[in-house]
Amino acid sequence: MTFKNIDMSVLVYASSTDGKFKKSAFEVVSYGKKVAEQLGTNVVALTINANDASELQNYGAETIVTVSNDQLSVFNAKAYASVVKQVAGAKGASIIVVDSSIDGLYLGPLVSVALNAGYVSNVVAAPSSTSPFILKRKAFSNKGFNNTEVSTENKVIGLAKNSYGVHENAVSASTESFDVAISDADFGVKSTAIEKATGKVTIADADVVVSAGRGLKGPENWGMIEELAEVLGAATACSKPVSDLGWRPHAEHVGQTGKPVASNLYIAIGISGAIQHLAGINASKVKVVINTDPEAPFFKAADYGIVGDAFEVVPQLISKLKDFKAQNS
Amino acid sequence: MKILVCISHVPDTTSKINFTDNDTKFDTSGVQFVINPYDEFVLTRSMWFKERQGASVTVVNVGNAVTEPTLRKALAIGADDAIRVNTEPVDGMSVAKELAEIVKNGGYDLVLAGKESSDYNGQMVPGMLAALTDFNFVNGCVGMEVDGTNVTATREIDGGSETVATSLPLVVGGQKGIVEESHLRIPNMRGIMMARKKPLNVVESVSSENATSSQSFEKPAPKGAVKLVDADNVDELISLLHNEAKVI
Repeated sequence: MTFKNIDMSVLVYASSTDGKFKKSAFEVVSYGKKVAEQLGTNVVALTINANDASELQNYGAETIVTVSNDQLSVFNAKAYASVVKQVAGAKGASIIVVDSSIDGLYLGPLVSVALNAGYVSNVVAAPSSTSPFILKRKAFSNKGFNNTEVSTENKVIGLAKNSYGVHENAVSASTESFDVAISDADFGVKSTAIEKATGKVTIADADVVVSAGRGLKGPENWGMIEELAEVLGAATACSKPVSDLGWRPHAEHVGQTGKPVASNLYIAIGISGAIQHLAGINASKVKVVINTDPEAPFFKAADYGIVGDAFEVVPQLISKLKDFKAQNS
Repeated sequence: MKILVCISHVPDTTSKINFTDNDTKFDTSGVQFVINPYDEFVLTRSMWFKERQGASVTVVNVGNAVTEPTLRKALAIGADDAIRVNTEPVDGMSVAKELAEIVKNGGYDLVLAGKESSDYNGQMVPGMLAALTDFNFVNGCVGMEVDGTNVTATREIDGGSETVATSLPLVVGGQKGIVEESHLRIPNMRGIMMARKKPLNVVESVSSENATSSQSFEKPAPKGAVKLVDADNVDELISLLHNEAKVI
């Protein structure tokens, strides 16, 4: 058996919603496993009120710490940061990995201060070196990367979504439950109501995002966008002018100052591709543009393009994709 | 109510990005700097607190003298006074520590900041500042009201929104929704004239060791040219997405 330096294990917070893990939880565990291998140590996965924590052993979690506590049924950044700190202390973890979900980005800085740890968010790769400890992160609206050295003993890594990927690596995990100490002081911010659309793929979770812009000419023409999204199991999104005009809800606005997109496939229909739009979506792996104007800047950013009228191309695409899905299901 | 609005001085998103000194420094030549777009939303919200609830509004930036035009712009939009912490910002933690000093010494009740800056999108400073000052903290805030010391705020969550109850003192990381795009203010001539006479106080930094430091920059690998597919041949697009890109 190889010696493992358990004094500096890697602690991954694998977030769950309503008890279920999302892909990002498997991605951060995969990443934590990689970092632990680089350092010759163990990875410990922390779950809070997850239904089936054992799923995480498929991605390399050798130790799974489960926290079950009714006070933590709704995400609370300060209370969750306190849990991470307690578990890090108990497990001797010096490196903490969190995801880049809305909640992960809320949590990261609080964990960083609690552990007096250097924090790097939007990290896109495993450390290029562990001594010095160097992380590559996004910079300048995704137009560049910065290699950042973390010089503190404790470190917090915020992993960018869909950057490292999910890597299966089955191990047999030991699971232990952990009793946390929660105090009223952790709940200075109290959740009073949650509103969520049900049954819709969210932009954050979607592998495919279908997005449309002013080229659609009016809100009454979104039926085909929604149908295309349905065929692809995709989330719908829109450009900023479209949400500013009130054609689509603000929650669909993607791009700078709107939601970021890091999907596997991003289909832009009738969107010219302003820099502010591209800044928010260019972390997507594959980009497709459909636009009547061959000079639209989006063609420079896209992998695949069709110069054509959305009103002709999209209905064809829906029909052909339905055939494709029928053959490949 | 004393409000502090944190202002980041960032390259305009349309700027060309280049690096110098063997890719260790960001080349600022020819780059236009602006108020961080996320900060514009909270700055406008602070103006509503000023006009409707009699709040005072101080804007603050951690940066060297080149950031002063950005602070003057915030004054022209209506802030009462400005503070510049005279140091080159190194990382999120060092900026948060500088701001924590300002917050402790200034007796602020409410600190508003954009949830992230448009250059690194790191979402670090507001949370770190809240933790360092032990203020309450709401991130991704898309709406808020203050009544005495009680605060009701709405934050964006995945697939919806959450309403929270909290109290001052409070740090808010805000975004579009805390005011709408159409509410954003731009300086008018009278504001610009008045801004020249408003106090802009320069304070020295509290030195601290940096937890992280920039080693080098990289640009993404050059992207290949777009593959164009004929508009009446969507089968080819489906085939490319399935067989080549492997995304459907």
